[in-house]
Amino acid sequence: MSVNEVTRPEIEDFLYHEAALLDEWRLDEWLDLLTDDAAYYVPSNDAPESDHRNALFTIADDSRRIQARVKRLKDTEAHAEFPHSRTRRMIGNVRITDRAGDALTVAANFTIYRYRRGAPVRLYVGRYIYRLRLTADGLKIAERRAILDPTELGALGAVSFIL
Amino acid sequence: MPDSAVRETPYIIDDPDNMSFRLNRRTLADPAVLERELSAVFDQSWIYCGHESEIRKPGDFVSRTVCGRPVIFCRDSAGEIRVFLNACMHRAAQVCREPCGNTRRYNCFYHGWSYDRDGKLVGVPGEDSYPPGFDKSEFSLAEPPCVDGYKGFWFISFKPDIASLPDYLADAKEYIDLIVDQSPTGSMEVVQGTQEYDIRANWKLLVENSFDDYHLLTTHKTWLDYMKDSGVTVEPPAGQGLLLPSKGIGKGLGNGNAVIDNINFRGRPVARWISIYGEDAKPEIAAIREELVERLGEARAARVADTNRNLVIFPNLVINDGSSVTIRTFWPVAADHMRVTAWALGPVEETESARARRLDSFLTFYGPGGFATPDDVEALESVQAGLATYKEAQWSVMSRGMNKTGEQLNTDEEHLRAFWRRWNELMTAPA
Repeated sequence: MSVNEVTRPEIEDFLYHEAALLDEWRLDEWLDLLTDDAAYYVPSNDAPESDHRNALFTIADDSRRIQARVKRLKDTEAHAEFPHSRTRRMIGNVRITDRAGDALTVAANFTIYRYRRGAPVRLYVGRYIYRLRLTADGLKIAERRAILDPTELGALGAVSFIL
Repeated sequence: MPDSAVRETPYIIDDPDNMSFRLNRRTLADPAVLERELSAVFDQSWIYCGHESEIRKPGDFVSRTVCGRPVIFCRDSAGEIRVFLNACMHRAAQVCREPCGNTRRYNCFYHGWSYDRDGKLVGVPGEDSYPPGFDKSEFSLAEPPCVDGYKGFWFISFKPDIASLPDYLADAKEYIDLIVDQSPTGSMEVVQGTQEYDIRANWKLLVENSFDDYHLLTTHKTWLDYMKDSGVTVEPPAGQGLLLPSKGIGKGLGNGNAVIDNINFRGRPVARWISIYGEDAKPEIAAIREELVERLGEARAARVADTNRNLVIFPNLVINDGSSVTIRTFWPVAADHMRVTAWALGPVEETESARARRLDSFLTFYGPGGFATPDDVEALESVQAGLATYKEAQWSVMSRGMNKTGEQLNTDEEHLRAFWRRWNELMTAPA
């Protein structure tokens, strides 16, 4: 199978599966969706198009730090996420925007509701840009970039879960 | 004080003879306290406004809220740094609604008044309908009574007769100097990308938290684990009575400014390598170190590179000079709610790879997606929830280290007391 044969419904199924794993805090299974050199970025709200090498981001993880992030989030002493937030992700407007070699670029919109005891509901709205790689094991995430729409995080506070 | 050194006010009980310092929790929960501190603390202080690197050329501007007022931090036509209050002199609409940029005019869209880069009113539609004597030169944009900078950090004050900025900063100047010395030309710059987030807690809790190393072991256990997993030694040395891997001290610097000043164990982009940076980074960090030694001498270079410092400039500026340089300021939205703004600062000469390392190092600990800040936010919000009991459980205890004479540790609380003593002095001063 080549990247030219991958269809949007297949991409949607893949992203919905990822969203379910994250909402269910099945983080080890989520890691299995990533390539060994995966990266995860959340740019600062006021510089959504910038490069993490010369701009301050909210999150700029290489694969090693993604692993460390998951380890942290599974620890009951990651206080901001213990007990875990309850999240519910809505993924939509999925588009394949580029296909080259073994890679696809995918754009999608997200709405994530986050609930915690004693805290107001927090609504994270924005878009994803994925670089997906077609491997022998199927689609894998080589890079996921979550770009938030709010001009500042403000009342959203921390991005302590995986956006 | 004739008989005893004890100070007892509605806010604190400071009793050195009995080695006791207690803080009335009302100070962190009562909206009436916030109401008073807006005029008694913030309007009596120098408040951080911005860094010179954010505005480089004539006409460059940044608009933001400082000390509760919308301001324009900008360069005038001569390239001088100016601060204008962002309110049209006609009917108060904001004359600048962009977060940053370069402009020839500040235009009020409401009725069309316009101002030049020097704040002078230059355009009034239908000017002939004003009565005789209407003089545009009387309607320049208003400015705070005091504006001054120290080594690139600019402050404003709404107290016309406030102490000069250098006098106000007192011994904190030494710590700003240590930051600026990281640049071969003494030029630091704010990096693109701002972290702005709210904490549902009283602003003074972030003052405390920003340089309270006592909380590190429990609040930031997962961060310490991450450091350990990355090959950094996080165990305290035996027999020194320390909680943390290296020794640090905490001290007041005068006028409520205070610092923790620690021997570094967690790495410094300028210029102390740790395993997290990777083997590839070793030569470049060695070169940065070499430049420091050449320019500053061995002792000063070691002072810059081998210690890290969290500095509080009273009341609401924090500069953390550690695994990166973080400028952090915060403002009370309400007694139980603050808005935090944070920037990264780096030497202008930094190479692309050194800058990338600095930013990466920033994010391991700091910010709303870091491995530590979210747990600080959680801790402060937990404190605020607990503070709803302030009428029943009235006092917080803040006496760590009071049994010692001389030097106090970063895990003691002398530097916290230094902040609170100044705050108390201002809050109890006659109006």
